[in-house]
Amino acid sequence: MREYLDYIIETIVFICGMLSIVFVVLIFSFLLKEGLSFFKDFSFVKFITNQFWYPSSTPLSFGILSLICGSVLVTLGACLIAVPIGVMSALFIAEIAPKGVRDILKSLVELMTAIPSVVIGFVGMVTVVPLVKNIFNLPTGLSAFSGSIMLGFMAMPTIVTISEDAIRSIPWQYKEGALALGATKWQALRRIILKAAMPGIIAAIMLGIGRVIGETMAVMMITGNAAHVPHSIFDPIRTMTATIAAEMGETVRGGVHYKSLFAIGLVLFLITFVVNFVADLFLGKNKNL
Amino acid sequence: MSKIVIKNFNLYYGNFHALKDVNIYIEENRITAMIGPSGCGKSTLLRSINRINDIIEGVKTAGEINIDGANIYDRNIDVDFLRRSVGMVFQRPNPFPISIYENVAFGLRVNRITSNKNIINETVEKSLKAVLLWDDIKDKLRKSALTLTLEQQQRLCIARLIAVAPRIILLDEPCSSLDPVATRKIEELMMQLKKDYTIVIVTHNMQQAARVSQDTAFMLLGKLIEFNKTDKIFTNPSEKETDDYVSGRFG
Repeated sequence: MREYLDYIIETIVFICGMLSIVFVVLIFSFLLKEGLSFFKDFSFVKFITNQFWYPSSTPLSFGILSLICGSVLVTLGACLIAVPIGVMSALFIAEIAPKGVRDILKSLVELMTAIPSVVIGFVGMVTVVPLVKNIFNLPTGLSAFSGSIMLGFMAMPTIVTISEDAIRSIPWQYKEGALALGATKWQALRRIILKAAMPGIIAAIMLGIGRVIGETMAVMMITGNAAHVPHSIFDPIRTMTATIAAEMGETVRGGVHYKSLFAIGLVLFLITFVVNFVADLFLGKNKNL
Repeated sequence: MSKIVIKNFNLYYGNFHALKDVNIYIEENRITAMIGPSGCGKSTLLRSINRINDIIEGVKTAGEINIDGANIYDRNIDVDFLRRSVGMVFQRPNPFPISIYENVAFGLRVNRITSNKNIINETVEKSLKAVLLWDDIKDKLRKSALTLTLEQQQRLCIARLIAVAPRIILLDEPCSSLDPVATRKIEELMMQLKKDYTIVIVTHNMQQAARVSQDTAFMLLGKLIEFNKTDKIFTNPSEKETDDYVSGRFG
């Protein structure tokens, strides 16, 4: 009887494990099928190098260069904001803050990950966007800059929590050894602790970037959605994710516009795949240390 | 005058009174051993001599520790300078996860002693020679220090100190993670270093104290019970507790 029960539970666990793999494979193959069928009629190189995105006017033009630029620009901007602040706060929480402050900060930062992106987008729209417009005297505050700020906020919790874990996993004997050699606290942090934790910190940054690239709702609400190659960070931009979300409803299933959106999805998948892959490499390296 | 003079020294971890009115005179160019059962405060006392205990939250001290006549618990003492002149070797070898070369150069760099490449090269070589490590590793100075054996790592940790020219070397159970052969080699190294440095070693291993030290301090429950020549402590101690401990009746 007990063996029988064991067998049933094992089978259930096995099926659950298999199911999750099957779902991933199904999603991926669907994306591949729809996306690749687009490239039967249009060249891939032209798709990513042409800057005009006119999916429903005549003549048709499917070029996502402006969308890639938009995604990259807003991601870079978000990184410039989130990485220094994120890593520094991780350092503060892990090494400098007194214990009571550390616990509070850590749970607050973890709470930040739970804020839905539509809420972040909404808050950004009514606070950051008008502020950016007034401060920089722009025709509109809906810009890559506003998007970067809000996405920076979204990436920060990921960067802070994972970097903090990486920093805390460095044996404290290193710090003791450095201080015992006459290093100041900051020298010990910078030269030894940060260096030793670097693989973990880079992985944290990559995961943060992954979150920013894939983000849709907030960028759609605050970046202005203008599909043109931006000249400065204060221009409105449109990202790949926002394009898919905004236009999917207007397409005819199986039509060329519909397929082109899947093609964008495929490009996006490639980018996030590379980012995750790099993050995995660094995380793996961290374990062997 | 004695190199290190500890006067009525008390230390508290929060409410726990870890060291009680300790008085010791430690002489130059000798090896002084501190022995006693676990929790007797011998490591705490050692860690007070370079003020590395300061980094633990809730530590309070009273009394004096004088090195060359200056109280290191004085308010205007430069703690970073103190730690550089009083080197410490820890229980587990803790080379930094950077190259062997950079481990030895670390002290020179952080203390801004020199940025001259030639001088750094020379100091690295000299320090590694002083711990008899140079011949084994001179071809792999750029490799990670973590690739060395534990014994080599512990030697590297000593070389790293020698590079910043300390006056005193504190060793906190430096052989507790080493095998007997490696232990013997580190002990031989300590005997060699004795002529240039004042060495204080904390050890669990009474035989080790007997082998390497000239003076021995026996501690129990945060108090210094007896401090004397090593021979005297091990053959004819004046206190009953010392006798009981060194003859193995407790601890």
